[in-house]
Amino acid sequence: MILEVKDLRIEFRTRRGTLVAVDGISFSIAPGEVLGVVGESGAGKSLTGAAIIGLLEPPGSIAAGEIRLEGERIDNLPYEAMRRIRGRRIGAIFQDPLTSLNPLYTVGEQLVETIRTHLDTGAPEARARALALLREVGIPAPEARIEHYPHQFSGGMRQRVVIALALCAEPRLIIADEPTTALDVSIQAQIIHLLKKLARDHGTAVMLITHDMGVIAETADRVAVMYAGRIAEIGPVREVIRAARHPYTAGLMGSIPKIRVAGGRMHAPLVQIDGAMPRLNAIPAGCAFHPRCGKSFERCRVERPEPRQVGANLTACWLYE
Amino acid sequence: MKFREFWKNDLAYSFRKSPVAVIAAVLTVICVGGALFAPWLAPHNPFDAASLDLNNAFAPPAWTAQGVPGHLLGTDDQGRDVLSTIMYGARISLGVGAAAVLFALVLGVALGLLSGYLGGRLDAFIMRVADIQLSFPAILIALLVDGVARVALPADSHDEIAIPVLILAIGISGWVQYARTVRGSTLVEKNKEYVQAARVIGRPPFAIMLRHVLPNVMGPVLVIATIHIATAIITEATLSFLGVGVPPTRPSLGTLIRIGNEFLLSGEWWITIFPGIALVTLVLAVNLLGDWLRDALNPKLR
Amino acid sequence: MNSAALLQLEDVGRDFDVSRPWLNRVIEGVPRQLLHAVDGVSFEVRKGETLALVGESGCGKSTIARLIVGLYTPSRGRIRFDGIEISGPAATAATAGIRRRMQMIFQDPYASLNPRWRVRDIVAEPIAVLKILENRNQIHARVAELLTQVGLAPEDGEKYPHEFSGGQRQRISIARALSGHPEFLVCDEPTSALDVSVQAQILNLMTELQARLGLTYLFISHNLAVVSHVADRIGVMYLGRLVEIAAAEELFARPRHPYTRMLLDAVPDLEMSGRPRTPVAGEVPNPLSPPAGCTFHPRCPHADDRCKAEKPALTWRGGAASACHAVEEGRI
Repeated sequence: MILEVKDLRIEFRTRRGTLVAVDGISFSIAPGEVLGVVGESGAGKSLTGAAIIGLLEPPGSIAAGEIRLEGERIDNLPYEAMRRIRGRRIGAIFQDPLTSLNPLYTVGEQLVETIRTHLDTGAPEARARALALLREVGIPAPEARIEHYPHQFSGGMRQRVVIALALCAEPRLIIADEPTTALDVSIQAQIIHLLKKLARDHGTAVMLITHDMGVIAETADRVAVMYAGRIAEIGPVREVIRAARHPYTAGLMGSIPKIRVAGGRMHAPLVQIDGAMPRLNAIPAGCAFHPRCGKSFERCRVERPEPRQVGANLTACWLYE
Repeated sequence: MKFREFWKNDLAYSFRKSPVAVIAAVLTVICVGGALFAPWLAPHNPFDAASLDLNNAFAPPAWTAQGVPGHLLGTDDQGRDVLSTIMYGARISLGVGAAAVLFALVLGVALGLLSGYLGGRLDAFIMRVADIQLSFPAILIALLVDGVARVALPADSHDEIAIPVLILAIGISGWVQYARTVRGSTLVEKNKEYVQAARVIGRPPFAIMLRHVLPNVMGPVLVIATIHIATAIITEATLSFLGVGVPPTRPSLGTLIRIGNEFLLSGEWWITIFPGIALVTLVLAVNLLGDWLRDALNPKLR
Repeated sequence: MNSAALLQLEDVGRDFDVSRPWLNRVIEGVPRQLLHAVDGVSFEVRKGETLALVGESGCGKSTIARLIVGLYTPSRGRIRFDGIEISGPAATAATAGIRRRMQMIFQDPYASLNPRWRVRDIVAEPIAVLKILENRNQIHARVAELLTQVGLAPEDGEKYPHEFSGGQRQRISIARALSGHPEFLVCDEPTSALDVSVQAQILNLMTELQARLGLTYLFISHNLAVVSHVADRIGVMYLGRLVEIAAAEELFARPRHPYTRMLLDAVPDLEMSGRPRTPVAGEVPNPLSPPAGCTFHPRCPHADDRCKAEKPALTWRGGAASACHAVEEGRI
């Protein structure tokens, strides 16, 4: 296992009290595997990614749990040690390619700088490596484009450069937070294919954070569904999508619009889950989803369910006791 | 908002936690209160000629050897109680300062709104005027306006209209900062969808400016105004010190400083030093309060 | 033209002048630059239907929405509502009366409500401006009715927008749009900024309101899957031009234009049917210097010389139209 997260708990200490944004989640990612972490806004998935990579902003902090990278604990490291790991062993891809790249330096300069910071190579080898990476992510004519500035690339191309930047120090783990949300649909498809291929070729573990289930369906091997800071269900992507067990996952799948060739608009309205995800200061007792769940009963209101093996997935729901 | 809710509010919390803000607020309240209620609080009325006693002139502060009880900070060359003159003088200073700021605010916000929302040639014109004015020091602008008024208006009305003219002068010298800030915010708000929605509904442009845009651009204006009061008071004090501000019959803190200046080197230091301290304290308190307010209202720093 | 058409666009175009300032142009010897955001678009929306306009960023669909409601005026072409022209440069009394019959719902739930106004004032604004009701009690009752219609509580009128979630704000936007009894709603990506489960709620609400109030929708989106749930007919736009328009079932079953096919292929496969995908090529070119001829030809697997030189016109076949030489010639 490249990444192991155990009972991670992220809290925000504000003067109004302590808010629990992520409440005891556990998962792991194997080499070459893409784990999708899906959830709606406020579910805590971006915070989880930030915590793993050590970029959690105060007043947020890791209150409990462990994060292990290739067996070693990284959640309790001092700043300097974490900084060395970041970039070298963990790479990051964020949503907005425009702000992920420094507009004042050429793409080549940024790649070379990162390579030389983390790998002990000379300038010519670093440049050769940068060129190889640009080629690998599909930038045409890399010898010319390596001298270009970020604004000279289109959105999709920029995101490819960001991926190259994330890969250049040969990290073992990549955290990708909404890497395709800001891109057009036709470009999204290209980028997610690229990510999947690179993960397999390099044996890198990828944590793909997104709200877009379609992207997960195409890219991920396994998926974790988060709700109100907890994992509702986690399992192989086919199983979670087709045979969701947790009522929230099932509702989520039902509410995603799908193109059905026969029937146009006449088919049934989208499945809707009434209400909204609870705010951090108003998370219900017991199962966080119970107020919106059509199948909840007494135990759900009182006791919080932990993920249990149900078929191929781990599901946190009292229906399966 | 009820008081308890207000107290728990983020702004109030930030206020309570900042010792500087609390001290500044207390000082401001003391100064403003003293000035406002001068006729009732001042131990003497320094402008009542009948109560003046020339024998009391040049009395040093009460705690010194030759001090006279009843005149805490001493008296000046005409026997006026320094403490009382400070309180009455602060009244003028604050009055002129606040009025000038109000004038500058209204003028600047209006021009900024029009400029930002309507754009085009009007915007270009107003901004060029602003740019030109900014290349002059504010004091010079105020002097200019004051000078023009003196020439234009009959001489015997000078004393009565001196204060309104002064307010006008300081106000005109200060509208640009409001206009620029409001114009910037207006440009941002103009493109937001709630303004577009109002246009689709069919609201005329002036109604949109007044009812939709204005409430959303006023935030920074408050901060500017608070700090501008301090500047306006200093400007008025400077003009009065130079002799072109308030008439001598209604001295402000600046006038007092000027009057007392003549006696500084002959040993009667209290006549100028205490008004000076009062001015500095007032301006400093208002400035610190404005600084705190600006930081407290800045969402990025929270 | 179809007599049941509520809205008609005839060869509408809109250019934006994005030239550098005059001084720069003189010094650098650079000509004026015009962005053809909308380049000769014609279509109609029939009463009671939902027409969807889909396309990626820069295709001009949002510009068309704003042209229709009067936020922009067209550079050329005509827009007619119920037969009356509303696109003239000057707003006359007649066009003002027409405009009341259409309203708009915006994309960003966080920017489309004035943060300083209470919800009841926001929802009542069209009533006040259009002087539909004068009596305060009547207005109050109408606002309560509208809030209930969109799934909120009448007491929510006292609150401010920031107290609501994104989905609830869109409901408020919908309530505001409906308060003037419009017939026609232009919806500019109304659910793009919402979470998927909230999106489902809002789409269901909009469908239900349409049936109940007899509304006509122009629904703008970049998401073909969303559109498949609400649209009767779908128009596909690329770089300011309409490249295909057809009934929804027809478009999904038999897409004609290569760009439509590419868009359909790019929709992620949730059904995991493992259908093979043709590789997607290239990116949307710079709208300031679009390719000559058919603007799609650099990315099109079926482009030939005619495509590079000649701009294709929208040709009708049955009830569907597409602007493609290859389709017209029967090559694909």
